[in-house]
Amino acid sequence: MSKGSILAGVLAPHPPHLVYAENPPQNEPRAECGWEVLRWGYERCRRSVLALDPEVLIVHSPHWKTVQGHHLLGVDHFEGLSVDPIFPHLFRYHYELDVDVELAEAIAEAAHEARLVSKLMRNPDFRVDYGTIAACHLINPAWDIPIVAISSNRAHFDFGNDAGQEEMLRLGEATLRAVESTGRRAVVLASCSLSHRHFTVEPEIPEDMSHEHVYHHGQYLWDMHLLELFRRGKSAQVLDEMSDFIEQATSEAKDGSLTWMLAVLGIPDYPAEVHAYGNVIGTGNAVVEWNPVLHSHEAEES
Amino acid sequence: MSESPLRAGFLVPGRPHPLLVPEASPAWTRLRRAFDAAREEIQRLDPDLLVLYSTQWTSILGHQIQADPSPRWTLVDPEWHELGSVPYELRIDADFAESYCEAARRRGLHARTVAYAGFPVDTGSVVALKLLNPDNAIPASIVSCNVYADRAETLVLGKAARDAIEASGKTAVAVAVSALSNRMFTRPIEPSEDRISSVKDDEWNRKIVEILGEGRLEDVSHHAREVHAQANADQKLKAIWWLAGLMGQTNDYRGRVFDYQPLVGTGAAVLSLTPTLRPAAVLEFDESEVERFEGDREVLAGGGPPSPSLSPEATSTWDPAVVHAAAAPRPVGAFPHARRAGGLIFLSGMGPRTPGSDEVPGGPVWDREGRVQDYDIEAQTRAVIENIRTVLEASGSRLEDVLDVQCFLIDIERDFEVFNRVYAEYFSEIGATRTTVEIDRLPTPIAVEFKVVAAAASSGPQNLRP
Repeated sequence: MSKGSILAGVLAPHPPHLVYAENPPQNEPRAECGWEVLRWGYERCRRSVLALDPEVLIVHSPHWKTVQGHHLLGVDHFEGLSVDPIFPHLFRYHYELDVDVELAEAIAEAAHEARLVSKLMRNPDFRVDYGTIAACHLINPAWDIPIVAISSNRAHFDFGNDAGQEEMLRLGEATLRAVESTGRRAVVLASCSLSHRHFTVEPEIPEDMSHEHVYHHGQYLWDMHLLELFRRGKSAQVLDEMSDFIEQATSEAKDGSLTWMLAVLGIPDYPAEVHAYGNVIGTGNAVVEWNPVLHSHEAEES
Repeated sequence: MSESPLRAGFLVPGRPHPLLVPEASPAWTRLRRAFDAAREEIQRLDPDLLVLYSTQWTSILGHQIQADPSPRWTLVDPEWHELGSVPYELRIDADFAESYCEAARRRGLHARTVAYAGFPVDTGSVVALKLLNPDNAIPASIVSCNVYADRAETLVLGKAARDAIEASGKTAVAVAVSALSNRMFTRPIEPSEDRISSVKDDEWNRKIVEILGEGRLEDVSHHAREVHAQANADQKLKAIWWLAGLMGQTNDYRGRVFDYQPLVGTGAAVLSLTPTLRPAAVLEFDESEVERFEGDREVLAGGGPPSPSLSPEATSTWDPAVVHAAAAPRPVGAFPHARRAGGLIFLSGMGPRTPGSDEVPGGPVWDREGRVQDYDIEAQTRAVIENIRTVLEASGSRLEDVLDVQCFLIDIERDFEVFNRVYAEYFSEIGATRTTVEIDRLPTPIAVEFKVVAAAASSGPQNLRP
């Protein structure tokens, strides 16, 4: 068996609004339009990522919240209806997906060896969280690639952002070791926004874009600062500033997905491709791809 | 005194262990028995309706109220999936849900009903209803817990529930589903060795349970923020605010503690509060009484709230309405430099003190011994206006956006002419309205102070960098 590898990493935010506005057959509500820049960015990112022919998508989702350790889906196949408890009028999605249980078990074992608490979720009645479903749909709406879904253990962030970051770095490193040892060709998805302060009301027509803007200017500046660091390949600086970013931009990075993904990618020092940035009920969302192959091509051309 | 339509309020925990594996731990067994006793108490009270608030159903867009008459699914808890599945079919009073929603809106809240097949009813609600109302004999209502809501919004939500109960002509029992301290163990423990995760949390929990056992709901409501800060309370202990708003914000209840036990490290209490027939005592409220929510719910209008600045020159709290400008002289009391409301910015009275040193440009009007001093009104007037400019810019506005100025002079005969000339240098092109009065003295040794109202201009601070 050849050594596995991480083909790419994607910051893949999961606002259900993006799925809603796309009107896929799996989702019950219908929309007129909305959040096109982000959706078009996802389309570009999707083409780029799927061209790498990954065998598995590994997604870390803030909406599967756990406290005792990092949980991973451990059942081969799931199908069901995902209704977003916060935006049920936008997201009632009929999903059917396959899980790479062997890889999930390997990640859980690698995490255990790194002295992290990990657990396989073996209950077949389990409803897969909408953060996982939305991000995976937006990257691969055909659902023809198995996934590994990892829960968000925020407990260590409650002790302090640095403690949480340390935990997620170790989980990311364990994930990478498991991918390499199982010979998988994987793409990793951090299913999270950047700044994350929401409006608490919405317009009568949810996709009325005349109401959409960032919650406040400070959030926007932080979001642009991070995107600029991504574009310059300064992931290490992102991690250095993560604690401030979490606090000052109310960032969803507090759920650990972004730190985990950067760790899986080996804290990349090459530029990321920012496919899109946009706001969804005030939050800042960016579709960003770290693709070493893409980067090496760019380097050759330059 | 007529009998209250609200027969009692209950506080119960929402984690699934007492439902699914009560035998695994002595603490969970005791909690299950406490639930059983609470169920018997509710059956004795014979209400027409169970009204629930669950901290495990979180919402962002205001509050959501379940309106599906019979939501059904198989619940698997995201954390405790290995404990098993919980098939449920609940009985919801959909008419009451609509009435509750309307009552909430009348009180200024953003609220809506939800009725979708497959909607994920939260673990807390399912556990509470399975254990307190296992055969669905009593129709129920469930409302969400808004993650951004604070005391005022949650109190008003409770009052809206009361409005709806009174309008319905039904009797009700309120059930707040919430832990006390909410610090779970981050590593697995032996169930038989469950305990509160810290001694400090346990001490706070016991204090709360004791006070609630004495029927003093409002006392706990008033200390909820401190409890949260000290013991990591479940959703800031909002459930107590909701319960207090619903039950009338008094301490005149008969409290009954069925049990208090650890639940995977968190504090779990099952207790009830029954209204007495005593007239409610008049309480001294530490915070303003609130009947209608007047919060920041207009964010969709006018292009959103003005930009708070995070720069070293001007810091703002995360409440975008309040401005504390670090580059302006410190306020001499408990008030911010400015506050935004309805497209306007209201500045607190501003004098000429120098930021940082508090020195008065042009000299103070009296010395440390209170002796009157000569002073330069021109220097003081310029300093006032520059301080106002600083606060306005920290507020995302400009001096050019000033609409109205009230000027206070301690010696109008001596100072008006110079003051008026300097004022004209800055304001003649702006066209703000102005009122000038003479007063005896100001709180600091200054001769002039301005009170300003400005428009919230579009030119936000440009010096903000992460």
